[in-house]
Amino acid sequence: MTIHMQKGFFMRNKAEKQKEDEARLMSGNLSTGQKLRKDFSVNKELYLLFIPIFVYYAIFHYGPMIGLTIAFKNYSPARGFFASKWVGLKHFKAFFSDYYFSRILGNTIRISLYTLVFSFPMPIILALLINSLKSRWYSKMVQTITYLPHFISIVVICGIIVQLTNADGAITQILAPLGVKQATMLNNPKLFLPIYIISGVWQTIGWNSIIYLSALTAIDEELYEAARIDGAGKMRQLFSITLPCLLPTIVIMLILQVGKMFNVGYEKIILLYNPLTYEVADVISTYVYRKGLLEFNWSYSAAVGMFNSVVSFLLVFFTNKLSKHVSGNSLW
Amino acid sequence: MKVKTTVGEHVFDVVDIVLTASLAFVILVPLLSILWSSLSDPVEEMAHKGLMFWPKGFTFSAYSMVFKNKNILTGYRNTLFIVLVGTSLNLLMTLVGAYVLSRKHVFWGRFMTLFVVFTMYFQGGTIPFYLTVKAVHLDGTIWSLIIPAAVNTFNLIVMRTSMAAVPDSLPESAMMDGASHTRILFSIMVPLTQATLAVITLYYAVSHWNSWFNAMIFLRDKSLYPLQLILREILIQDETASMSAGTGNDFSLVSDTIKYATIMVATLPILCVYPFLQRYFVKGVMVGAVKG
Repeated sequence: MTIHMQKGFFMRNKAEKQKEDEARLMSGNLSTGQKLRKDFSVNKELYLLFIPIFVYYAIFHYGPMIGLTIAFKNYSPARGFFASKWVGLKHFKAFFSDYYFSRILGNTIRISLYTLVFSFPMPIILALLINSLKSRWYSKMVQTITYLPHFISIVVICGIIVQLTNADGAITQILAPLGVKQATMLNNPKLFLPIYIISGVWQTIGWNSIIYLSALTAIDEELYEAARIDGAGKMRQLFSITLPCLLPTIVIMLILQVGKMFNVGYEKIILLYNPLTYEVADVISTYVYRKGLLEFNWSYSAAVGMFNSVVSFLLVFFTNKLSKHVSGNSLW
Repeated sequence: MKVKTTVGEHVFDVVDIVLTASLAFVILVPLLSILWSSLSDPVEEMAHKGLMFWPKGFTFSAYSMVFKNKNILTGYRNTLFIVLVGTSLNLLMTLVGAYVLSRKHVFWGRFMTLFVVFTMYFQGGTIPFYLTVKAVHLDGTIWSLIIPAAVNTFNLIVMRTSMAAVPDSLPESAMMDGASHTRILFSIMVPLTQATLAVITLYYAVSHWNSWFNAMIFLRDKSLYPLQLILREILIQDETASMSAGTGNDFSLVSDTIKYATIMVATLPILCVYPFLQRYFVKGVMVGAVKG
């Protein structure tokens, strides 16, 4: 009994001492060296716990960043990372004068812009429609159905697209009266982008509406009541209440989308394109993948990838600044 | 005070219902068409033009061919392994990392947070990542799909935010009673952040289930392929010959129904559990929207 009490007492003391230590540590009466030692003795367990996470980030996130230096070298696996010769900006110059430079840059921007124009507004419209539905179970059902494609893996989505648009696919057959050739649609450079964008809308319209729906439910119901008493119709309510309340969310999502412009999802493109459609479908990330992992131009493709990373970083950085300025909301 | 519904509003409601119903129809029809095609007789399926609204000549023959396919079975097994082991590792790392980052009064705390968050905005890219995984000799093993994806920074930050919101007095009083940080993490933090934990568990599991690109670049041995990579071979690269062999049918004839059945086999388990988990996923969108 006494031993137990003593133990408790001792513990309490230890914890109190630790608190005191922490307070001393933060008060700034110690030199930096003392502070570090004190901090380490107080928080030792936390640092030990963090070691695996630190090691993980060092290897798998900072490792590749250091590995990016092969963009300035002539890397060959035989020579290894350290023995490969430095060549300065050679690969960057080669990329900027590459025959394909304007093509992949143009495709990247074109696909992003089309996504922005066609895929971006759809979820907003859907959210408005769902929000005005009176019946709760019906609205739930519409949501469940429209979210569905989000839960299908990208490989299966692309499998479905390929299946429906091949020479005797259902969609190819339906479009026959409109003059679409009864051949594999994905081999036609003119049809690649429409297929990519329309299937993108199909995939994302429901899921991306969630964020707008929640913004809509936050609007005060009394505003609508008051407007109706004043004789405002549905259209008037939409333009004078709903859209102004929704605007901040729309602006943030738009800015985020622009920030992601250079990160066109390569997975879907790799699954859907083929040499016949490279001219419209090949983007920076798919080019990096082919040059590096299929043709083994390690340094060259690392240089192209680095160009992409830097441009994306700058875009995210500036759009984020803009978002902070416009709405007071930002990523960091 | 209730205002009487006007004629205009009635018209609006009807238009709204019609629009949402047609959208739901358009989204559902391709999926249903594939389901009906997979259940149809190959010959009648071939002759059918356009989307299917009911199976023609009901048969499970395509499914029996899919389930006899060794690749799909090993793919399923590999994917289950990756999802279970991968998600467990994800949770362990994310919980520990989030706990450490959520503690105040740690001298290097700001540095550790910056160290982690910076990687969200700048990455080495595909090629250096590939070379790094090769350099630590993970390529060619199933661990190349688990260890390099051990932590998702976004999920880590979401978890940290959730833990930082737990009142300080709780861990402090536990500390008074002599509990270690590990003990506090698992006995206090985990139960208190359950909702967020459920969300990120789902997100991790789904990302493992869907992932195929890393498997494509790191694996060479087909017996290690996850389901998605097998699906890619069958659906995108058109490799169905092995499955229809010995069925006595013309190869190109059964090929299509096999593909439809494959799509269903890979998707149905997800679509069946999805309605029950929907609210967690939806909550995840909201959690992510709040600044990390």
